[in-house]
Amino acid sequence: MYFGLSDEQLMIQNSFRGSLERNVTLDSIRRISTGDEPFDGALWQELSGLGMTALLIPEQYGGAALGLIEAVVVAEELGKSAAPVPFVGTAVVAPLAIMLMADETQKSEWLPRLADGSVRIGVAISELASGARRGSGLTEENGTLTGTASFVIDAAGADAFVVADRQQGFHLVGADSPGLEIIHSPTIDGTRPIAELKFQNVQASGLPQTTSDKIDRVLNAGRIILAAESFGAGQEMLRQAVAYAKDRKQFDRAIGSFQAVKHMCAEMAAELQPCQALIWYAAYAFDVMSDDAELSGLLAKSQMDDVGRFVARTATEVHGGMGYTDLMGLHFWFKRIGFNRATWGAPEKLRADAARLQGLG
Amino acid sequence: MDLTDRTEHLAFRQEVRQFLDKHKATAPEETAHSFRLSPRPYTDTVKAWQKLLVKNGYAGRTVPKAYGGYGAEPDILKNRIIADEFFAADIPQGLYSQGISMLVPTLLEHGTEEQKKTWIGPTIRGDVMWCQGYSEPNSGSDLASLQTSAIEDGDDFLINGSKIWTSSAHITPMIFCLVRTEPDASKYQGISYLIFPMDTPGIDVRPLQTMTGHPSFNEVFFTDVRVPKNAVVGGRGNGWKVANSTLKHERGMLSNANGSLERLNKISTLLKKEMLDGRPLWENKNLTDRFVSLQARVQAMRFHEMRLLTRTKDGKAPGLGDMICKLLGCELNHQLDALAIDALGEIGVLYDGIPSAKEDGIWQQWYMYDLGLIIGGGTAQIQKNIIAERGLDMPREPRHQKGS
Ligand SMILES: Cc1cc2nc3c(=O)[nH]c(=O)nc-3n(C[C@H](O)[C@H](O)[C@H](O)COP(=O)(O)OP(=O)(O)OC[C@H]3O[C@@H](n4cnc5c(N)ncnc54)[C@H](O)[C@@H]3O)c2cc1C
Repeated sequence: MYFGLSDEQLMIQNSFRGSLERNVTLDSIRRISTGDEPFDGALWQELSGLGMTALLIPEQYGGAALGLIEAVVVAEELGKSAAPVPFVGTAVVAPLAIMLMADETQKSEWLPRLADGSVRIGVAISELASGARRGSGLTEENGTLTGTASFVIDAAGADAFVVADRQQGFHLVGADSPGLEIIHSPTIDGTRPIAELKFQNVQASGLPQTTSDKIDRVLNAGRIILAAESFGAGQEMLRQAVAYAKDRKQFDRAIGSFQAVKHMCAEMAAELQPCQALIWYAAYAFDVMSDDAELSGLLAKSQMDDVGRFVARTATEVHGGMGYTDLMGLHFWFKRIGFNRATWGAPEKLRADAARLQGLG
Repeated sequence: MDLTDRTEHLAFRQEVRQFLDKHKATAPEETAHSFRLSPRPYTDTVKAWQKLLVKNGYAGRTVPKAYGGYGAEPDILKNRIIADEFFAADIPQGLYSQGISMLVPTLLEHGTEEQKKTWIGPTIRGDVMWCQGYSEPNSGSDLASLQTSAIEDGDDFLINGSKIWTSSAHITPMIFCLVRTEPDASKYQGISYLIFPMDTPGIDVRPLQTMTGHPSFNEVFFTDVRVPKNAVVGGRGNGWKVANSTLKHERGMLSNANGSLERLNKISTLLKKEMLDGRPLWENKNLTDRFVSLQARVQAMRFHEMRLLTRTKDGKAPGLGDMICKLLGCELNHQLDALAIDALGEIGVLYDGIPSAKEDGIWQQWYMYDLGLIIGGGTAQIQKNIIAERGLDMPREPRHQKGS
């Protein structure tokens, strides 16, 4: 047994960590989060150059043919740095959906360009992943789509969208398709370009190999990646809290010397650490097509979401009033964790799904 | 125990209903709540409504008539009837704020006759807003270590120093402020509590962005700010005592169980209205279990508060019962927000919410704001220290007593 990263995976980790440390600053996050630019284009180029967009794609389409575990390693680093770039939609869910469910023409049209980062694909699977909400839902008729897809991930500047309809069909839709309206919706996390898509008889190219097993697999991958990102963000919040507690003085001593503060930090560390192993296992199970891949993904995200909420809140508390300001920027990680928790299945839903999967309840 | 509506209370309930029926057309849309999240001057509609409430005894109810209040005897049941009926009619109750809820009771306790006559009336009517200048960059939890100095100069003090996290200072015309007037006295003896206008020359206010994206608090810098000596509340060098009176009222405001009830009721509406996969969230067992468990805590806090009011009326000293309110109340509100967020799922992440759902979309902001209140007004950890050391008489941390 070897439960750890390989040398190659460590190299990937190091190269992304190094690049993100050099390129992502509080200022750059703040610029994206409050400005008109939906994401950091230069950073996107840089990370694509490192292979961020090619990770999962097969070699014949110009990809690196790596597993989800490698994508998890990258997601942890992106979460740690709160990098304002699209990843989970365009570099994980979209390519996987195409790899698993598209025909050869669709694959050769999109995968090579996804791999080299020359196109981005937004992902409209919210209703499928989280349940149908008021006013949303798409219906397909004779190859055209009508309705609304809300909470579309990685939407800004996307060249196309992977879209799920109400009948569990998957489609590819060009962003400039006639009848498609893209409405950007600001969320609490200003580093995530989310949109609502309105379809009026929009021509769509169906993914012919779609089955419910494959849909589950795609969703599972997306959720594991969100969990990995929250883990990275949680680690960073813990790191900042510990550093602040050593530095900040009240009552003539470092606040970190108060047992109350020490315990907050210790609890964060204790809750966080095992999540990483849980997430790594889920990715491994996904990669080796283990029977418990789906269950592991559901457990990983629901657990990370809860621990993430605890860490986000506690790390903020350790910072006192400073944690509540924009000055420290701590809230960027706080919001990313909150965003990931709600995205593609909040813990309550995931746990219910996990119970059903095991024939419970 | 006797909690029934007696004849007097039955009549009072009718009176409140009639008042609301008659005046609901003039009620503002905005609540005190929304002004707290993003501080701005009260609108004319809000002020007019507040004045009407004060006049009829639905706000500033127990403030003496001489100072512009309604002068009623404290009556827990009547307070509850007011809260219930306003809520049932979905009409905003009276304003609460640092001026109305914290300074006014402090002035009633410690102010001079002139201070009470000058400031209480305009404050409870919403005409004058206040900010609280307590925290400094190096004095948060250890508030008594504050360094902003006020040096005697003829009939005035000259103030130098700075405050931080001063909520609403960018819009309030007045401040109540802690300064060190006796530099040689011990940590707790040298502090005075001053009230003065924010347009006094030498005050520089710099808004600080918060995590919610609303600039609700500020840094405030004082350079040779001249304030007359009669601006002291409760006597020179007596500021720590006066400050603690305000802090007590602050904790009361932050942990107000009626506020929790309001959140709970909103969540109940939300769970009934919001649909997931064609069924109301109200049918989702996980959510309803959490809802009912929080409902029990809200009820416990409401009745606990009523019990505390009875104790105070009976002249009993506040004890452990009071000390736990801020910790529990703020935590409860945060958990209520968390439930709403989880119920809304992805659409709850949208920044300004979903227009069709009116206020539902701002739960994420409340979730952050209420976390801020777990920190503000004395952090949760400081509350626990107080409960353990003063409430349970446990040994103090060794170096904690330094300077006291
Ligand atoms: C939303 C908001 C509004 C505010 N509004 C105002 C305002 O209007 N006016 C004003 O004057 N101030 C205001 N404040 C400031 C607030 O009172 C302080 O933030 C608070 O008292 C904590 O102080 P601090 O931020 O310096 O944190 P610190 O005191 O530095 O605390 C940092 C961490 O150390 C812990 N800690 C410190 N001492 C101890 C100890 N002895 N034992 C155990 N743990 C300890 C704290 O619990 C916290 O987790 C506001 C704060 C917030 C968040």
